[in-house]
Amino acid sequence: MELSKLTALQLADKIKKHEISVLDGVKEVFSQIEEKDGQIHAYLDTYKKEAYARAKEVQKGIDEGIYTGPLAGVPIAVKDNICVQGKPTTCASKILEGFVPQYQAEVIDRLEKAGMIIIGKTNMDEFAMGSTTETSAYGVTRNPWNKEHVPGGSSGGSCAAVAAGEAYLALGSDTGGSIRQPSSYCGVTGLKPTYGTVSRYGLVAYASSLDQIGPVGKDVADCAALLEVIAGHDPKDSTSIDRHDLDFGKEMTDKIAGMKFGVPKEYLAEGLSPDVKDAFMETLKVLTQMGAIVEFFSVKTMEYMIPAYYIIASAEASSNLERFDGVKYGYRAAEYDGLHDMYKRTRTEGFGEEVKRRIMLGSFVLSSGYYDAYYLKALRTKALIKKEFDEAFEKYDVLLAPAAPYTAPKLGESLKDPMAMYLGDIYTVAVNLCGLPGITVPCGKDKIGLPIGIQMIGDCFMEKKILRAAHAYEKARGDFGTPEEGGREA
Amino acid sequence: MAKQIDDETMENVCILAKLSLTEEEKEKAKKDMQDMLDYVDKLDELDTSGVEPMSHIFGDQNVFREDVVTNGDNSKEMLANAPKAKEGQYQVPKTIG
Amino acid sequence: MKQYETIIGLEVHVELATRTKIFCGCSTAFGGAPNTHTCPVCTGMPGSLPVLNKKVVEFALRAGLATNCSINQYCKFDRKNYFYPDNPQNYQISQLYLPICHDGFVEIETEAGKKKVRIHEMHMEEDAGKLIHDEWEDCSLVDYNRSGVPLIEIVSEPDMRSADEVIAYLEKLRCTMQYLGVSDCKLQEGSMRADVNLSVRVAGSDTLGTRTEMKNLNSFKAIAHAIEGERERQIELLEMGRSVVQETRRWDDNKESSHAMRSKEDAKDYRYFPDPDLPPIHISDEWIQKIREELPEFREEKAARYQEEFGLPEYDSRILTESRHLAALFEEVAGLCGNPKKAANWFMVEVLRLMKDKGVEAEKVRFTPQHLADLLEMVDKKQISPQNAKKIFEKVFDEDIDAVAYIEEHGLKIVEDTGLLTSTISRILDENPGPLSELLGGKEKVMGFFVGQIMKEMKGKANPASVREALLAEVEKRK
Repeated sequence: MELSKLTALQLADKIKKHEISVLDGVKEVFSQIEEKDGQIHAYLDTYKKEAYARAKEVQKGIDEGIYTGPLAGVPIAVKDNICVQGKPTTCASKILEGFVPQYQAEVIDRLEKAGMIIIGKTNMDEFAMGSTTETSAYGVTRNPWNKEHVPGGSSGGSCAAVAAGEAYLALGSDTGGSIRQPSSYCGVTGLKPTYGTVSRYGLVAYASSLDQIGPVGKDVADCAALLEVIAGHDPKDSTSIDRHDLDFGKEMTDKIAGMKFGVPKEYLAEGLSPDVKDAFMETLKVLTQMGAIVEFFSVKTMEYMIPAYYIIASAEASSNLERFDGVKYGYRAAEYDGLHDMYKRTRTEGFGEEVKRRIMLGSFVLSSGYYDAYYLKALRTKALIKKEFDEAFEKYDVLLAPAAPYTAPKLGESLKDPMAMYLGDIYTVAVNLCGLPGITVPCGKDKIGLPIGIQMIGDCFMEKKILRAAHAYEKARGDFGTPEEGGREA
Repeated sequence: MAKQIDDETMENVCILAKLSLTEEEKEKAKKDMQDMLDYVDKLDELDTSGVEPMSHIFGDQNVFREDVVTNGDNSKEMLANAPKAKEGQYQVPKTIG
Repeated sequence: MKQYETIIGLEVHVELATRTKIFCGCSTAFGGAPNTHTCPVCTGMPGSLPVLNKKVVEFALRAGLATNCSINQYCKFDRKNYFYPDNPQNYQISQLYLPICHDGFVEIETEAGKKKVRIHEMHMEEDAGKLIHDEWEDCSLVDYNRSGVPLIEIVSEPDMRSADEVIAYLEKLRCTMQYLGVSDCKLQEGSMRADVNLSVRVAGSDTLGTRTEMKNLNSFKAIAHAIEGERERQIELLEMGRSVVQETRRWDDNKESSHAMRSKEDAKDYRYFPDPDLPPIHISDEWIQKIREELPEFREEKAARYQEEFGLPEYDSRILTESRHLAALFEEVAGLCGNPKKAANWFMVEVLRLMKDKGVEAEKVRFTPQHLADLLEMVDKKQISPQNAKKIFEKVFDEDIDAVAYIEEHGLKIVEDTGLLTSTISRILDENPGPLSELLGGKEKVMGFFVGQIMKEMKGKANPASVREALLAEVEKRK
């Protein structure tokens, strides 16, 4: 089997058995990058030299029994909103041009302790605001399945890298679907953990109450293994939770007979493209055949999810992004007249259009006279949405939803109509509002061969349930294929 | 009906957000924000009376640090990224005294 | 001219005496080189996150309970958004919607009598960095060492009517905070800062006038002057038929006047919202009870006890209790020497004099209580002259010397058995008529001979100085 086709766990296993060296895996990744990234542009920055050196170090560590984990020796890509010490971190924004953090994210420490090798930073929508990776200030990323289409976003670079074989694993971040939606578009598996499961320390904040870092991989087992590496309590993040059930890989049996799945029937109403709907219904059939119980139920708050999400996310973003002002780091306008003009020019020149749009919306909904009507109203709506999901989880183990209403749009189409783009987040945002875990698994392809993903949502702290369901389904589905093969119809 | 975004509101939002837009950009931004507010107006249909605003998903537990000094002198690292620095300080345009 | 009444409310910022900042492990120590007490959190680096210092909550609870506040047992932090370079995140983490304490009061006393000043609320927040103007380049420089130092802001109701009351209120807060050990409350050093909200109205009216807020007041003197100036300015406006504009004014200590701080860019819309990075704080009944039990005896109670228990005059009791530290020192000395009145006297005269002469503040007075107690006991037993005692105490005050050892070493102790000494002197003089007549004749040289003889006879129970003193007295008698 070709090295690039291996999953991360398979690669690590071969390394452990001394069939291949750590450096072989790293070399393979860089040869894929050199071959493909000119077209895909999944990466904003790569660390070839450091990765080669680190590969030797890790090899030694494995040989000496220091790195014993299941992902030791695996190269990994990191979304560029996660700080790696001494490496430029741009959030795909001009405003962070030249910024080199002198500290790093907790997740990076954990990757290093697990003997993983960071190969570079992946492209994204600017400050994770967008659904296509087209709002990046450093150029678009293309979908490996069809280069005229977007990879989705905002973790488009991470998902495209894994899909193209330019990475075995990647870290993404998910604020309103930014891991699950591009995973669906790129035919990879991506998981957004329960809020507080993975430390946000060192993740450049978009909307702090919604942001979570999560794994992107070729299959469910890889995601579970990576989640095990990055999850865990961090005293540096006050919203980090001290959990004691982090052995995610353990209970991934193939048995889901008797497991109860709920499908919000409103999710299948208007707006869902026929191809996606067909693939979704087909998946329900597979699950039923496996002995699972699949039922439809009603979610009355559906049409309030996007409004609540955009108000809350924009409000927090407007505040989180105030620190980008040309004083302490990053870009500062070349010419200005006085302090406030420096602020304005720096921010106007440094931020892209989508980011500005959300900053303005967020500033408005928090402003005097509108706070109650918009912001508090959104927080109350969030409470009602949460209540509805709590009730659903009294009945069901896992909820099923499409990851997006359609497959990857063509490049250049989405940004023309921001409202329409926001509406595309309909199936993903509630998971963030309610702090729930969600995973996207490839489940089919549309007429032109673009991947379709199904989303499995669990109650808070129930990652093991969705991993088990996803893993079982994945096995029943069979090999999904790669962009080169065009994939086999599932 | 949603709040009508006028020039004055846009002006104020730009002061709050520290952004300066050209006339053309301002018009576009005005329209975008209007569209969004018209859309989120949907929330008015929802009866939220008696519902507590939910600012944090979790938060039953107090999260504290002990009062122990853990950081030393990081001034070099902190200043390494400053666009302009002088004598160990961040340099900014003159602030009004 | 009509009679006007001045209505004053205060917003007082008190810097808490924690070791570390409110949201990170950086030191709060004064005097470091610029930006040497900073980290990603207190400089607003991307991806950094705040973690609350527990001590800050404890200190805020102490302050709230000591000022008769109710506690919000579920409280949160909010972000106050505004752009300024001393504010690294461009939002300050503060509390607006659910402050930790609310609805309290303190009692103040002025020449006009006693009154209650109500406290509207008290909240926790972070301090800003320091901006220095650089004359050379006409720019400003930012030092974030103070950024993130914990503060409590105490917001009073508009219950004060004069500068005297304002100062009495500030003195009261300062004394309370010092007693609690939560802050040293120094106006000059900025560990206590007061913003004055002032309006005037025609006496007898029951509607409030438009108020202004005065900032940058660094001394009681400045506060008194600013209040007087602002009162006059507002009355003048009203007398001219004009109205007062609600605005923030900055006091200029050099010009002794204030000016409006206005800018088109200051939208004054802080867009407060709950900080998503910081979970809510739950304050249990047990926690409140524990803090309440640990509250110290405050000045008023202490002063009353001194009068009752020690029989001290009211004035002395008040002075001795001004500083909790000094009061504790006094009580220890009083207990050790068993004579509170004597101890109080010594503090009122000697300790206060030395503090004044040497410019030592009460909190900095350091000596072992036993050293002074010993000294007082020896004075009481007439084992040392009061003059010598004062001199020795200065050394105790300065260097905390062991008074007893020092007196022994320098032979300053007056011998106990004076009868034995005089009889011995008489006997030695009688036994040596030759040297005696020489001495009476003015030959000082023989003094040494007599002292030596007497010392020998006394077998060390006397000290040379007192022997010499008693000998001279006896010789004087025989002249």
